Amino acid sequence: MIYKGRTISKGRAMGLALVSKDPISFLGGVDPKTGDVIERGHALYGKNVKGKVLVFPGGKGSTVGSYVMYQLKKNGVAPAAIVNVRSEPIVAVGAIISGIPMVDSLSVNPVEAIKDGMAVTVDGTSGTVEV
Amino acid sequence: MYLTKEEEAIYNGEHGPTLQKMMEILVALGDIYGADRLIPVKSAQIAGVSYKTIGDAGLEWIESLEGKAAVPAVLNPMGMDRDAWADMGIDRQFAEKQEQILKAYEKLGIKAECTCTPYYLERPKFGDHLAWSESSAVCYANSVLGARTNREGGPSALAAALVGKTANYGLHIRENRYPTVTVRVKEPIHGVEYGALGYVVGPRVGDGIPIFDLKGTPTEDELKHLGAALAASGSVALFHVLHVTPEQYILPPDRMEVERQELASEDDWEVPKRYFLPRNKIEVDMGGVRKLMGGQAEPDLIALGCPHASKEELEAILTALNGRHVKKEVWVCVGRSLGAKNKAIVDELRRHGIRVIYDTCMVVSPAASRFRRMMVNSGKALKYVPSMCGVDAVLGTTEECIEEACR
Repeated sequence: MIYKGRTISKGRAMGLALVSKDPISFLGGVDPKTGDVIERGHALYGKNVKGKVLVFPGGKGSTVGSYVMYQLKKNGVAPAAIVNVRSEPIVAVGAIISGIPMVDSLSVNPVEAIKDGMAVTVDGTSGTVEV
Repeated sequence: MYLTKEEEAIYNGEHGPTLQKMMEILVALGDIYGADRLIPVKSAQIAGVSYKTIGDAGLEWIESLEGKAAVPAVLNPMGMDRDAWADMGIDRQFAEKQEQILKAYEKLGIKAECTCTPYYLERPKFGDHLAWSESSAVCYANSVLGARTNREGGPSALAAALVGKTANYGLHIRENRYPTVTVRVKEPIHGVEYGALGYVVGPRVGDGIPIFDLKGTPTEDELKHLGAALAASGSVALFHVLHVTPEQYILPPDRMEVERQELASEDDWEVPKRYFLPRNKIEVDMGGVRKLMGGQAEPDLIALGCPHASKEELEAILTALNGRHVKKEVWVCVGRSLGAKNKAIVDELRRHGIRVIYDTCMVVSPAASRFRRMMVNSGKALKYVPSMCGVDAVLGTTEECIEEACR
């Protein structure tokens, strides 16, 4: 199944889906050294984002979150790709500066259509998500 | 979003990886906010400077970039004065990292002038498009000068600096700049009261666009403090002041009928005073606003220059000193160029025991957190000092601050 969306950050990657119904703040929400989600009460609390196709509604919190995403990438624990319902500037900019493929505005709600553990390919350049 | 052939080429990497990334940032933001195209900017002011904020990751990212700014670009205030960090009690490791960040920006052709008042360096003109980051500078440029800028994040302002363009959305578009709420103040106010007014009204306005109906005509410094506090306590990026700020008189003819319906009363409509006042109103009780001031102070730091002081504000401090030497720790924060241009006044202030510090401030410097209680003359500092420095803050006029310093 291929869903058409919108290019946010170019590049192509695949991985297993990690789906969150909650928005994500990378600053304070994800440990930049390990990729562990450390925000208490978060849908992904205790899980790790490394190599995953991270599917969530959108970003929240401080703009410094963009740099935290870059740190994740440098430390080799960044998600392989990102799919958002509606992208906002913090995660969009973070994905671009870190070279993480990212797509949003799919024809379906990705948080419902994609399940944890599904193999997903995100092509940021063509703006498509293949499940 | 429409891209020209040249923009498209940059987007596809034909001008190197740095410009490609920068163009990707501009295009992604443009798409998110529904921009139709990119527009040229006259200047950029970039946040994401303090090592405390961006850390090693930010530093590494900036160092990885190559290229030269296409338009004049400066930086936001940082954690220390580049020359006086040891005096400020900043540790060497922080200072070295901070210096590395400045060097990385300088390599990109960005001036290591770290100020929240870039309009004192080069005053934007009415209608100029800018890509500025710092909230009070954005508010001043939009409101007092009639220039046009959204509040840019660090990377997007940097992208605008290197590409020389920004996406056309938000406050770049005239129709998004009309007032949404009328704020009425029924008695004359002065000086620090403007900052206090912004502090109180900001949360009630949120991200709206207020038009103030004031008794009396504020100075540019008073407008600076009003805007800075509105931006800090709310998220205001543009305000108007009836008969004072430049933009309310330029409502286009095709909007006039619409505006007429929103008038408070028919009497408010008088050509050539082609303003309108939104029905949605906030009545301000200045008695309540003044309660912010004049409490028991006993500060161990008096900090002025938030936003960075103007020449007139430096002169006012000197006048208030009236030849006396201060007995408490006093900081006055200014941009380096403004200080250099007014060296005689700065030297005089220093001779009276005042610490004039460049390119940083009481809010962003880690050096501020070792104090117990700070006295300020700024609504913005009153808002941020407790949360960002963990220090108590009290508000006073410039004169009261200097009296306290000399006591």
